Amino acid sequence: MSEIKRITTPLTDAIVEGLHAGDSVLITGVIYTGRDLAHARLIEALDRGETLPADLRGQIIYYVGPAPAKPGYAIGPAGPTTSYRMDAYTPRLLDYGLKGMIGKGNRTPEVIESMKKNKAVYFAAIGGAAAVIAKCIKKADMVAYEDLGPEALQRLEVVDMPATVVNDCHGNDLYVEGMARYARTAAHVCSCPTRPVSAGYHLSPRQGDGCR
Amino acid sequence: MRELSVQEITEAVSKMCISANCQASEDLVRATEQTNADEQSPAAKDALLTIRENQRVAAAEQIAMCQDTGLAVIFLEIGQEVHLTGGDLEEAIHAGVRKGYADGYLRKSVVADPLRRKNTGDNTPAIIHTRMVPGDKVVITVAPKGGGSENMSTVKMFPPSAGREGIIRFVVDWVKQAGANPCPPTVVGVGIGGTFEKVAYLAKRALLRPIGQPHTDAYYAEMEQEILAKINALGIGAQGFGGTITSFAVHIEVHPCHIASLPLAVNLNCHVSRHETVRI
Repeated sequence: MSEIKRITTPLTDAIVEGLHAGDSVLITGVIYTGRDLAHARLIEALDRGETLPADLRGQIIYYVGPAPAKPGYAIGPAGPTTSYRMDAYTPRLLDYGLKGMIGKGNRTPEVIESMKKNKAVYFAAIGGAAAVIAKCIKKADMVAYEDLGPEALQRLEVVDMPATVVNDCHGNDLYVEGMARYARTAAHVCSCPTRPVSAGYHLSPRQGDGCR
Repeated sequence: MRELSVQEITEAVSKMCISANCQASEDLVRATEQTNADEQSPAAKDALLTIRENQRVAAAEQIAMCQDTGLAVIFLEIGQEVHLTGGDLEEAIHAGVRKGYADGYLRKSVVADPLRRKNTGDNTPAIIHTRMVPGDKVVITVAPKGGGSENMSTVKMFPPSAGREGIIRFVVDWVKQAGANPCPPTVVGVGIGGTFEKVAYLAKRALLRPIGQPHTDAYYAEMEQEILAKINALGIGAQGFGGTITSFAVHIEVHPCHIASLPLAVNLNCHVSRHETVRI
């Protein structure tokens, strides 16, 4: 693992260019929430030539629909949602000036191309780790689309929010590289029950270790 | 005939909606720790450490492990000797979901209409599967199901000629294609047989089994292990960062089927695999 990089929003070309797939980062500053329906509305607003409810140029959108906050909490559990659902809208937002996205899961080739063209970056946060991620969010303010409930557009203040660079602006992809590094060929796969089944899985680390 | 008030069912459902979302089950904790011990990729190991820490924080503070607290999927087994009193059973379940999701600060993730998409605001209606069984008990299982992994699920109507190998190839390819999307390490629920609608139900039910508990039929237990080994050889790893363990377990459920058919369903569950059962 590479050293952890600290970055502060808004993002500049220089910050984005310095990030590479696989980098662990800690993000501090303002980021914005937005998922399915908020994206649809943002694009409608751009289509109508309207000013967006927040100036997203240079900013990061976090694909998240937080759970309600318990009393005394700044926000409820707030982990990433799956990003591909935003792919249809993303190139348009990147052309407009959005610089970063935090989510989880694969992006389309169109989004990856647009990230290269616009010098933008895609981070993954740990999906399902919503309770611990919420600890990095110090403040949450409603910006727009409150009627969408968990899908509303909010402004978050985050301190040292951990994320991993999946797609950098140089065309690298952690998902592709990580998988290639650990993929085993069929010949290396063993299904013989030499481990207790309760372990839930079984892999033969190498060929010729007694498994066929 | 034993009488049981549906209010008891409301209470039980409400409590289980909260506990299932906040408290990782023992089998899940064990699977997470074992996976972390066995994983060879540092990036995946890091992710698993965070996932385990998240389970601790959620349990200690009684907050949800994942912001997607799911659509409430409820399995009911009603003993035929039970007489339910005090109101409409399904409404009693919805009331339990409504209360649990409000009291537990759980996210309301249901839209009233699939195309017009207005949030119902209380996470109802639940999805309810009811079965009549012998006896005088009611068994209720609450299985909150997140959208991310549910979206990475499928049904495929194979011809019988596809056979065991065709099924294995399809499931492994399907998990490969899902990649990082369903929040690996996943539990892979596989339904085989029945009809078009039955097979999806089988795959869902397969997710309720304690993680890694093998099928009682050795033929399918072995097939579960073979599929799992092939999935874990894909290299996807926790969160798709690359690694040696992509799924905690594969669970197969089967049912007799038509001479012309070989239905298959794959229902993926994320690493926040949630289900809780009570017998009243």
